[in-house]
Amino acid sequence: MEIEKTDRRSQQQDYVLRTVEERGVRLIRLWFTDVLGQHKSVAISPAELEAVFDEGLQFDGSAIDGFSRIQESDVLARPDASTFELLPWSNESEPSGTVFCDITNLDGTPFAGDPRQVLRRNVEKARAAGFEMFCAPEVEFFYFANNDPSSPPQPLDQASYFDLTTADVSSDLRKRTLHMLEALSIPVEYSFHEDSPSQHEIDLQYTDAMTMADSIMTLRLAVKKIAMESGVYATFMPKPLNGVQGSGMHTHLSLFQNDVNAFHDPDAADGLSPTAHSFIAGLLHHAREISAVTNQLINSYKRINEGHEAPRYVSWARNNRSALIRVPIAKLGKPDSTRVEYRALDPACNPYLAFSVLLAAGLRGIEQNLSLPEEATANLYNLTRNEQRDLGVNRLPASLHEALDEMEDSTLMRESLGDHIFEWFLRNKRAEWDHYQQQVTPFELERYLPSW
Amino acid sequence: MEPLLVFGNPPPPELTQALDMGSWAWKPVSNYEQALTAEPEEGWAGAIIAADTDLPAALSFCRNLRQGDNPLKPVLFLAAATQLTSLDWRDDLFDDFVLTPLRPEELQARLQHLFWRTGRGTRPELIEYGPLTLNTETYQAALDGRPLDLTYMEYELLKFLTSRPGKVFTRETLLSQVWGYDYFGGARTVDVHVRRLRAKLSEEHANLIQTVRSVGYRFGQSRWGL
Repeated sequence: MEIEKTDRRSQQQDYVLRTVEERGVRLIRLWFTDVLGQHKSVAISPAELEAVFDEGLQFDGSAIDGFSRIQESDVLARPDASTFELLPWSNESEPSGTVFCDITNLDGTPFAGDPRQVLRRNVEKARAAGFEMFCAPEVEFFYFANNDPSSPPQPLDQASYFDLTTADVSSDLRKRTLHMLEALSIPVEYSFHEDSPSQHEIDLQYTDAMTMADSIMTLRLAVKKIAMESGVYATFMPKPLNGVQGSGMHTHLSLFQNDVNAFHDPDAADGLSPTAHSFIAGLLHHAREISAVTNQLINSYKRINEGHEAPRYVSWARNNRSALIRVPIAKLGKPDSTRVEYRALDPACNPYLAFSVLLAAGLRGIEQNLSLPEEATANLYNLTRNEQRDLGVNRLPASLHEALDEMEDSTLMRESLGDHIFEWFLRNKRAEWDHYQQQVTPFELERYLPSW
Repeated sequence: MEPLLVFGNPPPPELTQALDMGSWAWKPVSNYEQALTAEPEEGWAGAIIAADTDLPAALSFCRNLRQGDNPLKPVLFLAAATQLTSLDWRDDLFDDFVLTPLRPEELQARLQHLFWRTGRGTRPELIEYGPLTLNTETYQAALDGRPLDLTYMEYELLKFLTSRPGKVFTRETLLSQVWGYDYFGGARTVDVHVRRLRAKLSEEHANLIQTVRSVGYRFGQSRWGL
C-alpha cells in the first residue's frame, strides 16, 4: 500500500511535468498561506519544477507571518501535485500553472507553522477514527468602487437579496468569476446577490475539508482578481459597512463513515444519529474557544454583535436562523444530505485553521459522547442577561479580546493547532488588539467631541 | 483489463495458443447462461466464437450477445471454410471472422487488430469520443480541439470512462479502478470529481457523463452500439 502511494505520487508528478511541457507553461506558482490565511506565492520556471518535486523549494520562512522561529528559519515548500491547475487567467500564449504546497522542515517533517499541515493532521486524526469531513461554504463578499480606507466604501449598486437588475456590473463580475472557478475545478452550487448593496454570495458544492480549504484560497484570489480587472475592489472583510449586514461564510459540515453519512439515522425521530448529536454538542461546547480562529479579525465581532444573519448566541436549531448551528432538514429520500450548518464563520478566516478547529471540536464531542442541549426555538437576536440564563445559552465572544481569552484557556485549541501556531496566533492577535485599543475612532470623535 | 469471452469449452488449441501468446485474459464457456454468470462487473472486453463444432449453437450464442440495449462488440467468429455460406446475411452477428484451420500467428494479429481498445497489445495513444480527445501518451485532453486542463485525478477518471463508453459503473468500481488504494472519503470522492469534470466539460458537454440513478455513472454511448 505504501508502495502504491509512492507510485501514485510520482505518476501525479509525471502528469504535471508532462502537462507543463505540452502546454508550454512558462511559470509555475507555488502557493501556500501564512498563519493568518494570507495567500503567498513564489514562482519558479518549468526547468526547476522536477527538482522542486524531488527536493522541495528552500526559502527563508522568517518573513512569512507565523513562520518565524528562533533558530532555523529555512523551510521547504513541497508542491502537492494533485492540486496542479493551469491558471485560466494567464496569458494563453504563455500559460502559467499553480500548485498548492505543503511546508516542511529541512529534514522533511511537517512544519508546525504551516496551516495546511495543521489541517492535514486534523483530517488524518478524523480518518483514524473512521471519519471524513465534507464542507460546503457559502462565501459572502462585497464589491466596492475602491479600497481607499480614507472614506467609507462605495457599493456599486443599491440592489438587495436575489435582485436581478439590468446593467448590473456586479452580476457580470460574478458570472465571470463563476466561469473562472469552474475552470479551476471548483464547482459552484448557487450564486446570487445578497441582502446588502453590492453584496454577493457564492455557494460551493461540498468536498473534503482539505480540497475545500484550497478552493476557498483560490476563490478569494479569483474574486479579487476579476474585480480588479474591471477596476473595482472585492472584499471579504466581515463588516465593511455600518447598518447593513456583514459577510459571513456559513459552512455546511457533514461526516462520512465510508459511504454512509454518519449524521443520518433513519430510525431516529429527528433523522439525526447519536454521532450527529455529539458532534453538534462538541461544536457548541467549544464554540467560544474556537471563535478566535473562526472569526479572527477585530472587525469580525462587529458582524457578530450586529445580529442580522450572524449568530450571537451559542445555540442550535432546526429552523431558526438566529442559532449558531442550524440543522437543515435533509431532503426526503436524500439521507446523504444530512448536515449541520455552522453560521459564525466569516470569509476572512484562515480556512485551513477554521476547518481544523471545527473538526476537532466536533470530534471531541463524539469522543466524549456529549449530549445535545435543548434546541433553541425562540428568536435569539436580543436576549437580556436573565433570559440568557433562563434559556441556558451563552453568548459568542463579543470581541476579539474576549475570544483570545477563551482561546488561551483551551486545550482543544492548543492540541488542534499545535503549540507553534497556538502561541504565535495569540501573540500576534493580542498585539493587534492592543494597537486597536489605543486608536481614537470616528465614533468617539462624533459622539464626544461636540459635547466635551 | 476485462477478459475476453470465449465460446467453446475447451477452445481449439490454436486459439488457446494465440491468446496465451498475446497474454490476453479470457474465459471459456459452453453456453450463454455460463457467459451471463461469469460476466465480470465491467463487462466482457469482446468475444471469440469457435463455431466449427456446432454452428447453430454458435450462431444462437452470437444472437444472444448482440441483443438488448448494449450488444457486445467486438465479436470474432472462427468458422470452417465449408461453413462460409451459412454466414451470409448474418453480418450483424460478428465483426470479423477467421477461417479454420487456424494459424496462431494470423489469429494473434486479428486479435490485436480487433481488440486493441481493451488496452492489451499495442495500446492506442488516442482515445476519441465525439468532441473529446485524450492522448494517453502526453496526458493531454482536448474538447472541440481546444485543450482541456484537468487535474491528475480528473484526467484519470475521464480516461477510464472514455475508454469504456456506454458502460455503467458503480461508484465503488470507479473508486477501486481509478483511485486504487490511495483514496479517502469513499464514494463521495467519485461524485465530487464527476461534478468537477462536468464543470470543466462546460454546460454544453456536461451530459457526456450521465448519472444513472441509484447505480452510478456512464460516459456517452457504447462505441459499438449504433
